[in-house]
Amino acid sequence: MNDSAYNRVLTASRALKELADRPLKFMEVCGTHTVSIYRSGLRTLFPSNVSLVSGPGCPVCVTAQDEIDTVVRLAGMEKVAIATYGDMIRVPGSSLSLAQARALGASIHVVLSAAGALDLARRLPDMTVIFAGVGFETTAPATAAVVLEANRYGQDNFLVLNFHKTVPVVLETLAMDPALALDGFLLPGHVSTILGLSPYAPLAAEYGLACVVAGFEPEQIMAGLVLLALQNREGHFSVQSAYPQAVRPEGNKRAKALLEAVFEPADAKWRGLGLLPGSGLKFRPPYSHFDARIRLGLVDFPAPEPAGCRCGDVLTGRIHPSECPLFGCPCTPEEPVGPCMVSSEGSCAAVYRYGRSEFR
Amino acid sequence: MCLAIPHTLIAITGPKTAIGRAGTVEVEVRTDLIDTPAMGDHVLVHAGFAIERLLPDEAAEVEALWESIRAHSVTASHE
Ligand code: SF4
Repeated sequence: MNDSAYNRVLTASRALKELADRPLKFMEVCGTHTVSIYRSGLRTLFPSNVSLVSGPGCPVCVTAQDEIDTVVRLAGMEKVAIATYGDMIRVPGSSLSLAQARALGASIHVVLSAAGALDLARRLPDMTVIFAGVGFETTAPATAAVVLEANRYGQDNFLVLNFHKTVPVVLETLAMDPALALDGFLLPGHVSTILGLSPYAPLAAEYGLACVVAGFEPEQIMAGLVLLALQNREGHFSVQSAYPQAVRPEGNKRAKALLEAVFEPADAKWRGLGLLPGSGLKFRPPYSHFDARIRLGLVDFPAPEPAGCRCGDVLTGRIHPSECPLFGCPCTPEEPVGPCMVSSEGSCAAVYRYGRSEFR
Repeated sequence: MCLAIPHTLIAITGPKTAIGRAGTVEVEVRTDLIDTPAMGDHVLVHAGFAIERLLPDEAAEVEALWESIRAHSVTASHE
């Protein structure tokens, strides 16, 4: 951390102390925020009346168990190759993880980009390449871009398992939860780069919750918390950005136009929250032949979550990872029981790696 | 997974592709999601796609944010 970042964190921590005149409970929505907060030890600078709970912003973690099982099942099929982001590979399925399926001989390829998945389809013309499309609004425009490209070039051996989910709807669900009793959301920086600020407006206007978009450096997170405390102190709730470097109020119009062209809202299943209407994306009819579920006639088989795993409660801020009886024994990043301990953005992994001393 | 890394575009290689540099690492970056990408642009790259141009930390918007935070911090340190 350079000098000026150091000073900014210090300045913001003083301001937070000044402004938090009653107990305040905020949710950091994004898994990347969670990791940054634990890795930096930022909590040690919070006044004792400010608490932060983790939310559902880890795309791999919120992918439902039956969705994980569907990818694993497809991986076992003849002439099928799976392309996936690396975080998915070790998530335990009901019988196997993708990593275990690969060890058994399944064709599973880690890609860094949706474009890499389409490249794979070009290189393997005799295989059906299925891209596991996880991610929020930050990631979905890339899927939209490659589907347009696949459509243009008639790349018919390229399919997408569309697990994309959208953030504002799930936040409204959490805003309504009386058990959570939140005072505001620290909103995800890069989802908001795409969306801009207006999709969150109902959270402030209808639910009376402070809403502030923040970046991922410690001083940017602290700036977000200061604005959240300020809105609560003034009793005036709105959607603000503490991340002007990357977030324009109107969002990224090009990316939004791509999303709009390729996808339409659909119901989506979330780990821990179940089926939420309008919280996902499905292909519009001109692109539905890229939908693996439609092309392969797939049905999802309901699958129970791993026995004893409390990821659902962790992802909705109802418990802290250390309150899961399996945390640390037997569940560790090396031997994960649930996805929150696997993903680099999972709260359980973040607390295990960086935050255990705070909760001993 | 929503991690995005700042890159500088050092070459435009096609209508939708560029080379981005972050530190000493150079990678292909898709530029579909930004208007008129140009060499020297500072962009945020997520999963291989540039998702936005970055304003520098010295930008007026960033300064104004910290000015308002400082104002509340000053009150605190005088108490
Ligand atoms: S500690 Fe492991 S078992 Fe418990 S909620 Fe987290 S991932 Fe699931």
